[in-house]
Amino acid sequence: MIRVVLPAHLRILARAEAEVQLEVTGPVTQRSVLDALEARYPMLEGTIRGHDGGPRRAFIRFFACEQDLSHEPPDDPLPSPVAAGTEPYLIVGAMAGG
Amino acid sequence: MSKVRVLAGTRKGAFVLTSDGARDDWEISGPHFAGWEIYHMKGSPADPDRLWASQSSGWSGQVIQRSDDGGQTWAPVGNKFAYNGTPGTHQWYDGTPHPWEFARVWHLEPALDDPDTVYAGVEDAGLFRSADGGQTWAELNSLREHDSGPSWQPGAGGMCLHTLLLDPSAPGRMFAAISAAGAFRSDDAGTTWRPINRGLQSEGIPDPDAEVGHCVHRLAMHPDRPGVLFMQKHWDVMRSDDAGESWREISGNLPTDFGFPIDVHAHEPDTIYVVPITSDAEHFPPEGKLRVYRSRTGGDDWEPLTRGLPQQHCYVNVLRDAMAVDSLDECGVYFGTTGGQVYASADAGDTWAPIVRDLPAVLSVEVQTLP
Repeated sequence: MIRVVLPAHLRILARAEAEVQLEVTGPVTQRSVLDALEARYPMLEGTIRGHDGGPRRAFIRFFACEQDLSHEPPDDPLPSPVAAGTEPYLIVGAMAGG
Repeated sequence: MSKVRVLAGTRKGAFVLTSDGARDDWEISGPHFAGWEIYHMKGSPADPDRLWASQSSGWSGQVIQRSDDGGQTWAPVGNKFAYNGTPGTHQWYDGTPHPWEFARVWHLEPALDDPDTVYAGVEDAGLFRSADGGQTWAELNSLREHDSGPSWQPGAGGMCLHTLLLDPSAPGRMFAAISAAGAFRSDDAGTTWRPINRGLQSEGIPDPDAEVGHCVHRLAMHPDRPGVLFMQKHWDVMRSDDAGESWREISGNLPTDFGFPIDVHAHEPDTIYVVPITSDAEHFPPEGKLRVYRSRTGGDDWEPLTRGLPQQHCYVNVLRDAMAVDSLDECGVYFGTTGGQVYASADAGDTWAPIVRDLPAVLSVEVQTLP
């Protein structure tokens, strides 16, 4: 299971816990994780990235394993601890935009 | 006994304020959607328990919320606002072409007769419609694609479609206002549009007959007399007696004719309300006195309404969508301020009292009169 941590404002919107666990089939990439997240919580469509898998919203960041992955290609594999479920994939509201 | 429900959208959440017809004691619910900007909330005339809210944030963009139980519970609906085709460009502040980009929904206008149909006025200026309870949205793109569109420029708050009035006597007729393009009318349910700005005079536009480019802040109409429109422009309060074909100034004895909201008494089509603001540079009331001005003559002759409103050291603003009226026998008038107060008058403006004093900055106020 892939662990995803949501920022507070999206947690409330999705009525989800701070950390959600997702089943991802195929390669574990930022795109496949966000696809699975939006499939489980359709109300998050358009709030993290553009509709239909569009680009990351400007004031949303993606972190994992103490790395900023925000600018990494969406189809690159995520770090293996994320794929193994030992480390979470963090969706973060940047310190701006609110 | 009748009730009223006041819907207050604020910079950091939504509030629902309810009272019986006496309008003395208020129950306050909220914040709903805490931390998000609520540009506008409005109830369906066809089903008063169906409410709509425009929720947005700099982080996560636009969400539309719907309630089917009068605001007790809410659920997000569709939020995909895609302009039809390749949207092209409008003018940027410096006069250069700028691509049309969706930013947020400023105004939600439920259809008069169908609770599943609602219109959304958006920034960058465009009009969308949902006919399936908000699940999907389609642009009424001929407004944005009007020949004058490439010349439209944003106002200081962005290039927003902030007002949509639906004519109850003429199905298909609607009026829209865009800052800073002007007012537009459709007579065919939004299929075609034309500017209706003849008679507006705006500083900064050298052509006195300019078809567009006017910073219209707000339009208002009485449903029993929809051919008469009132307008608060950037400067000037205006009136049209021919459904927007021509306008004349009715600022009269106002201390300043700059302002944002304008509204009409529920039972007196010639009684109108504005809140004069010092100037475009000083967005607060003149002399630090918060005064609503009322005209009982359809304009020109105005009286200040001050009882219960702060008459010193008051430097709040009242935004364009932040005034509304109820339709009880004695018309109630309501407005919210950027200082977080929502004021109510249960006697058509003669006296005022705050319902709440310390909300986040109020962006919009709507009122429902309930059985």
